[in-house]
Amino acid sequence: MSTDLRYQLKCRECGSEWGNQPVSFCQKCFAPVEVVYDLARIRREISRDEIARRPVNLWRYQELLPLPERYDSSLPVGFTPLVRATALGETLHSKSLFLKNDSVCFPTLSFKDRVVAVALTQARNFGFEVVSCSSTGNLANAVAAQATRGGFKACVFIPADLEPAKVLGTEVYGAQIVRIAGNYDHVNRLCTQIADKHRWGFVNVNLRPYYAEGSKTVGYEIAEQLGWRLPDNVVVPMAGGALITKINKAFRELAELGLVEKKNVKFFGAQATGCSPISSAVKAGRSEIDPQKPATIARSLAIGNPADGFYAVKTIVSSGGWAEDASDSEIVDAMTLLAETEGIFTETAGGVTVGTARKLLAQGRIKPDETTVLCITGNGFKTTDALAGRFETAEAIPPKLAAFEQYLERDLAAPLGAKGAV
Amino acid sequence: MNVTVSIPSAFRQHTDNVDRYECAAGNLAQLLDALDARFPQLKTHLRDEKGQVRRFLNIYVNDEDIRFLDKDYQFKDGDEVTLVPSIAGG
Repeated sequence: MSTDLRYQLKCRECGSEWGNQPVSFCQKCFAPVEVVYDLARIRREISRDEIARRPVNLWRYQELLPLPERYDSSLPVGFTPLVRATALGETLHSKSLFLKNDSVCFPTLSFKDRVVAVALTQARNFGFEVVSCSSTGNLANAVAAQATRGGFKACVFIPADLEPAKVLGTEVYGAQIVRIAGNYDHVNRLCTQIADKHRWGFVNVNLRPYYAEGSKTVGYEIAEQLGWRLPDNVVVPMAGGALITKINKAFRELAELGLVEKKNVKFFGAQATGCSPISSAVKAGRSEIDPQKPATIARSLAIGNPADGFYAVKTIVSSGGWAEDASDSEIVDAMTLLAETEGIFTETAGGVTVGTARKLLAQGRIKPDETTVLCITGNGFKTTDALAGRFETAEAIPPKLAAFEQYLERDLAAPLGAKGAV
Repeated sequence: MNVTVSIPSAFRQHTDNVDRYECAAGNLAQLLDALDARFPQLKTHLRDEKGQVRRFLNIYVNDEDIRFLDKDYQFKDGDEVTLVPSIAGG
């Protein structure tokens, strides 16, 4: 790096450096910018032991995040469980399967809490009073919750037809919601125009380079939780495509810093069939993205014109990985499979990841003996409508032992093997 | 027929701060030619060396991404064209 900054924005195409400012693209060639770090300096400051001494949340990786000199680290975001998934692994034929479970990320139960935590430190640094975003739901929840704690005013933009739980989960924090009659891509385009005109901190527009760095913490945590080693494969859901590129960046940084052994991790991207611009490009051997009109129950992934689609394809292909997609019924089946085998209730996006992993294992693209991590990014309680009608409401019985015995005989004997049990 | 192009602030360094431009283009190729002629400094930011629209540039006609319209979409009188240098979000 040409300056003494610990981190700064750099154009991903022409390489121009821009210091630190709230912009998402190069002011010279208009391609996207991203944060780059002075890794030689960070290498002297960071070690596994030093990290281990710190609080168990994403701020423990502070040197590797674009944080201002002073920031509030009191919110314990991140460091979600990495769970060994033996039962799911048996079903999918993987002997070493792990789930990175961001469905319990604090405070709003999705991986978006990570990116917002980082973005708001810069929103404060740049002096924004209003923070905003275009959202398919989870991001709006995270912005609304963390903005209120941070003393920002929040105004979020969503497609009008979002799941009710995601709308309520934004309203409850007192955020202003602007519902747009259109899909996410319409919302997103409008937000780009608003950010061009009004001085608001849009976490995923003008603060996007900083925001997206928060996704790297998923990668740091996976490595640390595996005992400072990298997995063989990662399966990552893709909407805008940033998460998969940032987990890759995280792994590369850890290797460069000597915190893990270098390894060629294969990246596998997961999309819903009804919105699969990135997986379609990978399957067709194209690097360019053809936008799509989303039609899927996985609304948190319903981005037809993904900002990082081009880079996601590059990440996947250069790693030797692949991309697949799951239909709506495969998504729902995968959600229930995960719940029934591992006791984890994920939202539709998690169904996409599990459903896609199932295909990749069946295709032999992921081998049973390899260590594979599936990224579960959101919570099932936010998308219960996807399971509407899936379960029958049980008959109510009188509070009498005799009635229960009858019920046991008639309805519970088969599922519980109850005759033997009593 | 008149088509109005909204020029985002990032591009205005190359348009002498002009933020709206009206022209009589019949299709996208003609529109880009008209922009090239009126704002020569903008040209390399709209098209690559091969003359193709740049990878990260998004063009919308009214509310629709132009890639969803017919390849040889003919502009209608009053169409509003929006240029977005690089889409964000997600």
